[in-house]
Amino acid sequence: MAKTLVFLEHHEGEVQKASLGVLAKAAQLGEHAGVLVGSGVRSLADGVGGTVWVADDERLAAPLPQPRVDVLAKLVRDEGYDTVLFGQSVLAADVAAGLAARLDAGLNWGLVDFDGEQGRAPALQDTVVVDVAWTSPVRVGIFRAGSLDPGEVGGDSDVRDAEVELEDFSTAAEMVEQAHAEQQGPSIEDADVIVAGGRGLGEPEKFALAEDLARALGGAVGATRAVVDAGWYPYSAQVGQTGKTVAPKLYVALGISGAIQHKVGMQGSNVIVAINKDPNAPIFEYSDLGVVGDLHEIVPKLTELVRARKS
Amino acid sequence: MKAVPDAAAGRRIDPATKRLDRAGELAVSDFDTYAVEEALKLREAAGEGEVVVVSMGPDRAMDALRKALAMGADRAVLVTDSALAGADALGTARALAGALEKEGADLVLFGQQSADGLGACLWAAVADRLRLPVVSQVSELTVGDGSLTGKRQTEFGYDTIRAPLPAVVAVSDAINTPRYPSLKGIMGAKKKPQETLAAADVGGAAEPGTTVVELGSPPPRGEARKLEDDGSAAEAILEFLVEKRLV
Repeated sequence: MAKTLVFLEHHEGEVQKASLGVLAKAAQLGEHAGVLVGSGVRSLADGVGGTVWVADDERLAAPLPQPRVDVLAKLVRDEGYDTVLFGQSVLAADVAAGLAARLDAGLNWGLVDFDGEQGRAPALQDTVVVDVAWTSPVRVGIFRAGSLDPGEVGGDSDVRDAEVELEDFSTAAEMVEQAHAEQQGPSIEDADVIVAGGRGLGEPEKFALAEDLARALGGAVGATRAVVDAGWYPYSAQVGQTGKTVAPKLYVALGISGAIQHKVGMQGSNVIVAINKDPNAPIFEYSDLGVVGDLHEIVPKLTELVRARKS
Repeated sequence: MKAVPDAAAGRRIDPATKRLDRAGELAVSDFDTYAVEEALKLREAAGEGEVVVVSMGPDRAMDALRKALAMGADRAVLVTDSALAGADALGTARALAGALEKEGADLVLFGQQSADGLGACLWAAVADRLRLPVVSQVSELTVGDGSLTGKRQTEFGYDTIRAPLPAVVAVSDAINTPRYPSLKGIMGAKKKPQETLAAADVGGAAEPGTTVVELGSPPPRGEARKLEDDGSAAEAILEFLVEKRLV
């Protein structure tokens, strides 16, 4: 029976939904606990439910990976965890890989499922599905963002203090400045609905169409790499960058042709709707509903219809 | 750096070995060329220094490393050994750390992912082995006075991180535009030092920590519908969303 530790990533006072999804998965598998690492993070443990280790230390305030490796490695060794699971993020990937190296643990990533023995990970632009396993005593796994539903987690937590002993090299890097983009509504990792825009919007100002529809649907706005590179929309909205895959319940693609990098980033979405004026756009090959037409006419109407239905 | 099967030739997993088929032409992972470019720029700015490219792979991978030499790198080191074939992330990190330890570089640069496995985290494992600070997803890098400052892209915005040298940095592909090798560079690449190391030179081959159990096909998507807008597309989309219980 697995004894699983789940890294609970948090940002601005909230535990990330992806982490809670992984915690819900771990709860299905048997003995498990979450771990919160940071400064002043004790209160975040309250609504998580189950056992929550808290490493609360000023030196852990900045979201840097290496001190987190120290904390997790010590917990695994002291408490005998054999499995450590993460939800994909820039920070989590670095923590997971550092931890795997520290513990001589096998590392599988891009997981969309795990049954306690084997994990499942789509590979090679999702053209194959690979069932993976671990041969090492400690197993480290990273789940794709959005692949798991937090579902039932929550409730009272049994909060325990994790000891903090940091290596010199782990504290050598220091945060000089954090510049966080203003965020309205859910992030694309956490959203159930994503309305994404590409070159077909025509100009940066037309992202308002995507924003309005996203607001009506209660979702977040995504953007292709091409328009982020062109400066039309912030990087935080980019779908299909390194390791950043999204899997919302609904993905609406506006003026996106559907290049492979974008496809890899979003094809795990439950339902995909695409609007594009080019009938031969590759995105139609993997859309559940493809609409050939002028998004500038269709989207405002659709936004109105959704609003009317919801009110 | 990593030599990966040429994208143009298509990438596949060999059903027999359950490993990526590397039998065909190998090319440098595009993402790694950003790291090479950044190293060359640092050397040019400093007016001194040496740029060494280090990779692990089959012996044919040296041909791919020559692209980096043609861009301007000074020499290449390839860890190649049948004992390392099919190494997982753990084994690769160990071997690379072994090779890098010998080099004792001031700065170890990685590309932000490999073009095939998409494992965007190897640098952190290598940094832990080397017991060096690591900064990843760096889109701006300055180096001087024994330390580096990197601007790191995260889901939430930008972090500026400072770390003392030696250190490990993974650069994003927003950091620069890699140069094309000049004809002179290509001609000169073959004459530059190219060293190969065996598993024993880098601390031996590690037992893999992961295994591939089975390969399958992804579940097919349901029936795709496609329609041309005849003025009622917005209504049709709403109907579809209602049917799927999404609104």
